[in-house]
Amino acid sequence: MTTTTDQVPEPAPAGSQATGGNAKPSARGIGPNRRPNPIGIIIGAVLIVVVFIAPYIVMLLGSLKTQAEITKVPPPFGLPTGPHFSNYVDVWSSSVKPLNGLIATAVISVGATLLVLLIATPAAYYLARFRFPGRMAFLFLVLITQMLQPTVLAIGLFKEFLNWNGYLSWVALILVNGAFNLAFAIWIMQAFFASVPKDIDEAAVVDGAGKFQVLTKISLPLVWPGIVTAIVFVFVNSWNEYAAASVMVRDNNLQPLTVSLPKFFGFYTQDWQYVFTVTTVAIVPVVILFGFIEKRLIGGLTAGAVK
Amino acid sequence: MCSSRSRLKRRRVAELTAAPTPSAIAAGDQSGDTGGGARGSGSGGGLRRLAAAAPWLLPAVILIAGVVLYPAYLMIYNAFRKYSKYGFDQGAAGWDNFKLALTFPGVPIGRILINTVVWVVVVVAGTLLISLALAQFLNKTFRGRKLVRLAVIVPWAASVVMTSSIFLNALNPNYGLATRLLRSIGLLGQDTALTQQPMTAFWVAVVVAIFVSLPFTTYTLLAGLQAVPHDVLEAAHVDGAGSAAIYRRIVLPILRPAIAVAALVNIINVFNSLPILQILNQTAGYNEGLTTTPLVFLYKNNLGPGVSSALSVINFGFCLVIIAIYLIVVKPTKQQ
Repeated sequence: MTTTTDQVPEPAPAGSQATGGNAKPSARGIGPNRRPNPIGIIIGAVLIVVVFIAPYIVMLLGSLKTQAEITKVPPPFGLPTGPHFSNYVDVWSSSVKPLNGLIATAVISVGATLLVLLIATPAAYYLARFRFPGRMAFLFLVLITQMLQPTVLAIGLFKEFLNWNGYLSWVALILVNGAFNLAFAIWIMQAFFASVPKDIDEAAVVDGAGKFQVLTKISLPLVWPGIVTAIVFVFVNSWNEYAAASVMVRDNNLQPLTVSLPKFFGFYTQDWQYVFTVTTVAIVPVVILFGFIEKRLIGGLTAGAVK
Repeated sequence: MCSSRSRLKRRRVAELTAAPTPSAIAAGDQSGDTGGGARGSGSGGGLRRLAAAAPWLLPAVILIAGVVLYPAYLMIYNAFRKYSKYGFDQGAAGWDNFKLALTFPGVPIGRILINTVVWVVVVVAGTLLISLALAQFLNKTFRGRKLVRLAVIVPWAASVVMTSSIFLNALNPNYGLATRLLRSIGLLGQDTALTQQPMTAFWVAVVVAIFVSLPFTTYTLLAGLQAVPHDVLEAAHVDGAGSAAIYRRIVLPILRPAIAVAALVNIINVFNSLPILQILNQTAGYNEGLTTTPLVFLYKNNLGPGVSSALSVINFGFCLVIIAIYLIVVKPTKQQ
């Protein structure tokens, strides 16, 4: 009887404690429903954005400077004079010679992504849908792969592919990038396949579809967001792979960008504007790709990891 | 297209309704585990189900066996082989490569081992602490949140090689923008070249390693925050708990699995991080600013596959020890 009357004003002191005033409840609400302090949010948001993209702004602005401007002592803080968009044309014939590296990187990443798509999709589908002897062993194998990286096994990879010279070194890198990204792709795809109700598959089977048809005609259209997430991930990882490429491709003209580019900024490099042009060309597309799967990075990735 | 599908459908329905035809059996069980369990039992059914699974899984098994397990075997094998300067196998080496890897003259191995531990602990702990705050912030609803979240993933998508090279440029002692900024606010002496001395380069690399590890970690923790039930927070608040107490007693325990995943993945990634130190530590050769992972690659070029394989094996064991210590000390899976 008294408890009901007492309970109503209870939240007010608690809320006022948190917001600082006690005369009236804050306009921004109380407790977990309290809307955040707008000034604090703006400061925080601006700070985060600035810190996270500052290096890439330096890169972008640097790619528009002349050589004299980018090596000026002391460096000017302002915007580039010009700006010299011509760098993006001149770079291809400059000493940095990025075309070979860019082609190598593109071929290897596309190849590795297709390989993973081809191999991980059926494996993930089968794992999500069927029980079979050796399933646990297979999952264990996948888990081990996920914990290893090309860096850990680089010397073994170097020995294994020692005689894969010329364009064969690209094939070797496609296999390596494919293999080391396979586990992750299988995890994430099987989580998505498992999220599709089995009844849908069974209905298709009753209608006479084979397993492969169920996969291509029924499941794939339903789980494509998961597939896209996996594809983007594999592509970006292969695009940025460095350790294996650095020991496996010995022909200078066939090395991917991650390996060929650092050679141009030793002690003596003055052509930073071209280096930044190349890094901008290499970074912007993958950042946009990654942006597309941003929403699925929350939840999607751990769905695969925790299951 | 349509007619062929319906023809197929009719044929399959006929097969299913009639007694199992040889082709249906050869194709394996159509209805998955339940059907398989009902129809076949014992090792015969098991074998048949294994045979049915093979075409779907075998390519993955072959790729993993050929490109992950085989090089692992090769590495361990090579760790016990003696190699000439030109890479010719000269027979068994016993533990010589391991001894040489840890005692090679001119290599400050003690310092490098300490660096490795410091590297992993500082980078992973720093990343986790900053990410906890970032995730908490990005979990609030505010205008422009999507944009801020997008900014946070940029270092994740960008190549670590290229991010490190930008930092290298910005820290150039003459024309680096960060150098000028740090000097103008008095944090850096006029003649200091951060990347050209082993130890300062090491600490620069620590900062860059944290920077590139933040996006993944923040997103993993952000995913964990989605599991925090809003009504529980509200109830705790009504009961008079302050924000600090709510965070410590409710949010953190729920985040525990996400923190564990993030910590483990980061320990493995950070331990095996190669390009950051290779690019930002401009001192050539063996020096006091290295960790064991770049040392493996220096050994590969200077001493050949035998010694570098031995150090790789030691390196991998070292990483497992750090993970074991983390699991024992922090007990990330313990229920509270």
